[in-house]
Amino acid sequence: MTDDLRYVYAVCRPLDAPLHADLTGVGGAPPRQLAHDGLVAVVGPVPERDFGREQLHARLEDLDWLAATARAHQSVVAALATVTCPLPLRLGTVFRDDSGVRAMLQDESDRLRRILDRIDGQVEWGVKVWLGAESAAEAAAPQPSGAPESGRDYLRRRRAGNAAREQSAARAEAFARQLHEDLSRYAADARLHPPQSGPLTDAGSGRNVLNSAYLVPRARSEEFLELVGRAEGTLPGLQVEVTGPWAAYSFTDDPEAS
Amino acid sequence: MSGAGDPFAQREIALVDLLDRLLAGGVVLAGDITLRIADVDLVRIDLKALISSVNAQVPAPWPEGLEGLGGLEGLERPEREAS
Repeated sequence: MTDDLRYVYAVCRPLDAPLHADLTGVGGAPPRQLAHDGLVAVVGPVPERDFGREQLHARLEDLDWLAATARAHQSVVAALATVTCPLPLRLGTVFRDDSGVRAMLQDESDRLRRILDRIDGQVEWGVKVWLGAESAAEAAAPQPSGAPESGRDYLRRRRAGNAAREQSAARAEAFARQLHEDLSRYAADARLHPPQSGPLTDAGSGRNVLNSAYLVPRARSEEFLELVGRAEGTLPGLQVEVTGPWAAYSFTDDPEAS
Repeated sequence: MSGAGDPFAQREIALVDLLDRLLAGGVVLAGDITLRIADVDLVRIDLKALISSVNAQVPAPWPEGLEGLGGLEGLERPEREAS
């Protein structure tokens, strides 16, 4: 279709093998490689009715559409990550046509190569630490059984409960800081993301005290995961969660700019 | 490429983790006619409804005593009768 736009998933070095024939991306369309001057953009056709300027902005308000698009984007990037170290683009990077994509590869060539160099041979691991809503406070200060004997007793218990909660929050933060320090030392690079909360997070997960990403050589991932595993269970009421391996989404800023 | 033995073809990823990376991460390119840097910013503004609902329960960085101010949020909501 002539009025299709170009959705770009990732940029990578030339691949040894073609993309899997069954691979589909956003809108169910198969992605293909568009090579220019030693770089490859992985692109797919998307209809203007969804990805034109105004349409895209309206579509992004639709959580179901956003989720489907995000999963399609990720499935292409994840497939690429099995054969190379792709540099993923932010969701919704759309060009008018192939020549626009080529012009981008030309103009951004130096920056793209710098970032590709940094992420070469690396994967991203996400680590989150959750403080259980009540369990941590209870572990820190077991509640006395029975009803309070008086108003004063009630207030005393309440104060003790608050103090225990504050204490466990402080301990959780210290634990998260230490874990982040340890993992950062091991990783090639690290980034802190804002803590997760709200309707998209699992209601029972408690409070997110660490949400971070680590760039780790693929070959050393197992050791990295062991390091995370050792931290698990060292403090009652704290859960350590690992996600990944991801393509290096969190490490796409220009190494030269920092 | 998406076979079962593939370490990247894992259990379904939580949407919140996906959006953490796809909306805040990934390289931002000043693109073609359709999307430029400014439009990427617009995309983020358009997502305000989602993001603010995502962030609504982030623990406030200020002492608990100020939480009562949350009641003032109502003032920012447009009154249906007003228009």
